[in-house]
Amino acid sequence: MKPVEIVKGVYNVGVIDWNIRDFHGYSTEIGTTYNAYLIVDEQVVLIDTVKKEFADQLLANIAEIVDPKKIDIVISNHTEMDHSGGLPRVMHYIGESKPLYCSKMGHKNLAQHFGQIFNYQAVENGQELSIGSRTLAFLETRMLHWPDSMFTYSKSEQILFSSDAFGQHYAGYEMFDDAVGDAIMPHAKKYFANILLLYSPKILKLVEQVAEMGLEIKVICPDHGIIWRKDPGKIINAYVEWSKQEPAKKAIIIYDTMWKSTKLMAEAIADGIAETGVAVKPIHIRSSHRSEIMTEVLDARAIVVGSPTLNNGLFPSVSDVLTYMKGLRPKNKIGASFGSYGWSGESVKLINAELEAMKFDMIDSGLKIQYVPDKEGLSDCRAYGRKIGEAVAGQ
Amino acid sequence: MDRYVCQICGYVYDPEQGDPDNGVDPGTSFDNVPDDWTCPVCGASKDEFEKE
Repeated sequence: MKPVEIVKGVYNVGVIDWNIRDFHGYSTEIGTTYNAYLIVDEQVVLIDTVKKEFADQLLANIAEIVDPKKIDIVISNHTEMDHSGGLPRVMHYIGESKPLYCSKMGHKNLAQHFGQIFNYQAVENGQELSIGSRTLAFLETRMLHWPDSMFTYSKSEQILFSSDAFGQHYAGYEMFDDAVGDAIMPHAKKYFANILLLYSPKILKLVEQVAEMGLEIKVICPDHGIIWRKDPGKIINAYVEWSKQEPAKKAIIIYDTMWKSTKLMAEAIADGIAETGVAVKPIHIRSSHRSEIMTEVLDARAIVVGSPTLNNGLFPSVSDVLTYMKGLRPKNKIGASFGSYGWSGESVKLINAELEAMKFDMIDSGLKIQYVPDKEGLSDCRAYGRKIGEAVAGQ
Repeated sequence: MDRYVCQICGYVYDPEQGDPDNGVDPGTSFDNVPDDWTCPVCGASKDEFEKE
């Protein structure tokens, strides 16, 4: 990727990772980008770097605009290694004594990645830095989504360098929202559901804080995916909506199956839910990906989980999804459980315990069927589906 | 009663409000919060908190 000029003197010098398909357990089917930003003013500033293996590509991109050795200041908005991995190479190349601005927690965390070898300049929330014609302001955004996270804001141009917030795992030559259009929203939604959902209360507070500060935002430059320049309000509003966690009248059935009995149950429950007019989707776990499932969880009101009993426990793939979902702390959900079993039948009880720990409102104690559901069993499943659907419809 | 701040994420424990979602009743001083309680925002342990 060649550097892209965003406004005069501000460039995306990041790289495209076309080939990544598994981003720490998040499926990235079309790859992603690691954006890094170069501001050429009286001082030359680099905001964030890229993954370690792309560091030379980053330096080559910068060299198309200015000799990287001319960089005066580096800002690290986020310590995670897809944005800091290139720091040692870049700092070595440009001179390790150059100031590296970061948040207080950024200083601590960067030092725990790379040692105390850099000239760390920890900034306070709201601190400003003049770089010539521009003034940059730093905004601490702890736990959005790491303790070190911060935003950098260019006051004169009203550009927000937002670190991982408002990002999307999207790889393409469409670098801006106006180029890609609404096709970007599913990627932004998936990113929110898998990275930021658990920090929803913090996001709502931050948006409020930004409004109180009267911070105008013309352009949002995240560290992944496209830049929001046509309508940055669109992604901010979407974040507010997603953070409120007011689910749609929608149910999802997440299940796995061994001999297709739990599958038969899942589909009969789906039929029952559909009869009540509630949108429903059965999702077989091993035919999907946990990060896709989480995107569906985001706006679903009912989360129905099914597992066969395997060796007195849950089917492992179901545990995987439950563990993942629990960490992301979805709110305002109705929970239900089901599963086929051979002799002991612990799965439903185990699912209930997990969903109760997530504070879901449970429909009841769940539906168990021994071995293969017969006609009556399938009719019970449809009735169970109707019960779930009615609970969703009557919310 | 003193308020305590999580040094990892900035969450403030306010004894007047407690943390009822996690079993800490309103009116519980920080000293009386159970030792196995963790920051409701980032999960840091109680010893990561400092007086505001």
